[in-house]
Amino acid sequence: MRENQRGEKGWAKVSGADAIAEFDSVGLRYGTGAEVLKDLDLRLLRGGFTYLTGASGAGKTSLLKLLYLAQRPTRGRIRLFGEELSHAPRAALPGFRRRIGVVFQDFRLVRHLSAFDNVALPLRIARRPESEIAVSVRELLEWVGLADRSAAHPPTLSGGEQQRVAIARAVVGHPELLVADEPTGNVDADMAKRLLHLFERLNELGTTVLVATHDLSLIAATKGAQLMRLDGGQLVDPTGLLRHPPPRTRAAG
Amino acid sequence: MRAFVPALADRRLLPQGGTRLTPWLIGVLMFVAVLVGAAGLAIANAAATVASGAEQRWSIQLPAGGRSMGAVVAAAGQAQGVAAVSPVPDEQVRGLLQRWLGPEAASADLPVPGLIDVELRPGANGNDLQRRVAVVAPGARVQSFPEQLGPMLRGLRTLQGLTFALLVLLGAAIAAAVMLATRGAYDTHRSTVAVLHGIGATDQQLAALFQQRMARETLVGGSAGAIVALVLVLLMLATLDDGTIVAVGGSPLKPLDIILLGALPFATALLALLVARATIIAALRADP
Ligand SMILES: Nc1ncnc2c1ncn2[C@@H]1O[C@H](COP(=O)(O)OP(=O)(O)OP(=O)(O)O)[C@@H](O)[C@H]1O
Ligand SMILES: [Mg+2]
Repeated sequence: MRENQRGEKGWAKVSGADAIAEFDSVGLRYGTGAEVLKDLDLRLLRGGFTYLTGASGAGKTSLLKLLYLAQRPTRGRIRLFGEELSHAPRAALPGFRRRIGVVFQDFRLVRHLSAFDNVALPLRIARRPESEIAVSVRELLEWVGLADRSAAHPPTLSGGEQQRVAIARAVVGHPELLVADEPTGNVDADMAKRLLHLFERLNELGTTVLVATHDLSLIAATKGAQLMRLDGGQLVDPTGLLRHPPPRTRAAG
Repeated sequence: MRAFVPALADRRLLPQGGTRLTPWLIGVLMFVAVLVGAAGLAIANAAATVASGAEQRWSIQLPAGGRSMGAVVAAAGQAQGVAAVSPVPDEQVRGLLQRWLGPEAASADLPVPGLIDVELRPGANGNDLQRRVAVVAPGARVQSFPEQLGPMLRGLRTLQGLTFALLVLLGAAIAAAVMLATRGAYDTHRSTVAVLHGIGATDQQLAALFQQRMARETLVGGSAGAIVALVLVLLMLATLDDGTIVAVGGSPLKPLDIILLGALPFATALLALLVARATIIAALRADP
């Protein structure tokens, strides 16, 4: 599976239909302000691992919001999971959101729910049976090393622990796409490495990963990851290899 | 209605905060609504009693003196559709007049008008009766009960309409209270709602969280207010003396009426559910 998605064969389809998300001349402005995203053309490949970087205010969060459907573009077209979103009715959006795991920069845990209930939220929303929920949530809390903190409420958790709860919640529903906004913004280097490892494991299991970050060491540590850079609301591509990457070196090396 | 699987989780999702003013407010409004409703039903019952069978009941009034009484009774008896003719005895008429005119009415010197009650068969009309009576006693007035009671019935119906309008107003007040409370709860839980919305909750699921709570609070407050009001109404009914009950033709409220009033909190809880749902869905439209 991994070879298929990340190996030579997968990348050969760069210009084909195997994209999980495609932006076509996408622009975004908030209210009547200036455009914060301009003429974005991009393609996120299914099974890929992509970093999004750029200066503060460059528009990273805005781009992610378009992806996880917290914003609609003011112009251009977005295709997600092969479907045109421009004309998708409001009622169709929750179905898309359930296929996307989001790690918000500020975690956005529900503070009056336990770690367990926070992680269980996507499954409860999807009306999975409680028995299944109990198994999946416990498994994930264990995976992020928080099995013994499952009854704890977010305010009693450390920043790193909260971050891991947020990540567990983002992936518990086995999303096809994981979007993480500065997921290592306020943890130490060791924790950052651990979290990165989590993302890589997920990616190996088939989830397409997009991580917005300033952390260059993180990017360097992920071999073969694609890199996109935003500057002033536009994708810059100095090497020409960033947005449409060369055949992956990771599988080979 | 149950959007998230266990009911307990619903309550944990949106913990109760702040003062619980809404159930109290709704309780007070419901208390008034039940009293107004009881009054309205009592008035409706009274009007129905007055009007019941009135189509068939006619009366003939002869000018004072009543000399043609016998002829009129005979003529009326032959009229089409007449079931029974019964002259009202003079003493009874005097008795009636006495109430208005004082003791002098009892004096035999005062001529009293002749009164004849006529009962028509169901479905019959009084045309033939009027024609025949007019032949033997041109000065007689032949009237159906509804004609006589018209002004009184109209008064009762107006009162009934007023109580109904009041009930509608109270319903609107409760709906407004629920809407404000829902908006307040929505604002309080905005961040939770945003999280749920962001990870795929539908508008219906989010609305369900609030509508369940508002229905619950309305039911609790409304039931309390309704119970107090109903106890008051029942106490009032219990203190009515037999004479009053006979005069108004039975107890002012029937068992069905009490059940109807008792159902008001449930109907209002349903109203609250719909109002809360509409409020939340409208509020959610602001987000993509
Ligand atoms: N809700 C909003 N309303 C108006 N303007 C906004 C809003 N959100 C972001 N912006 C503006 O859009 C631009 C891009 O913001 P965005 O948050 O996408 O940047 P970013 O790359 O994520 O920055 P950072 O690295 O600091 O998180 C900024 O100029 C910001 O002021
Ligand atoms: Mg940002």
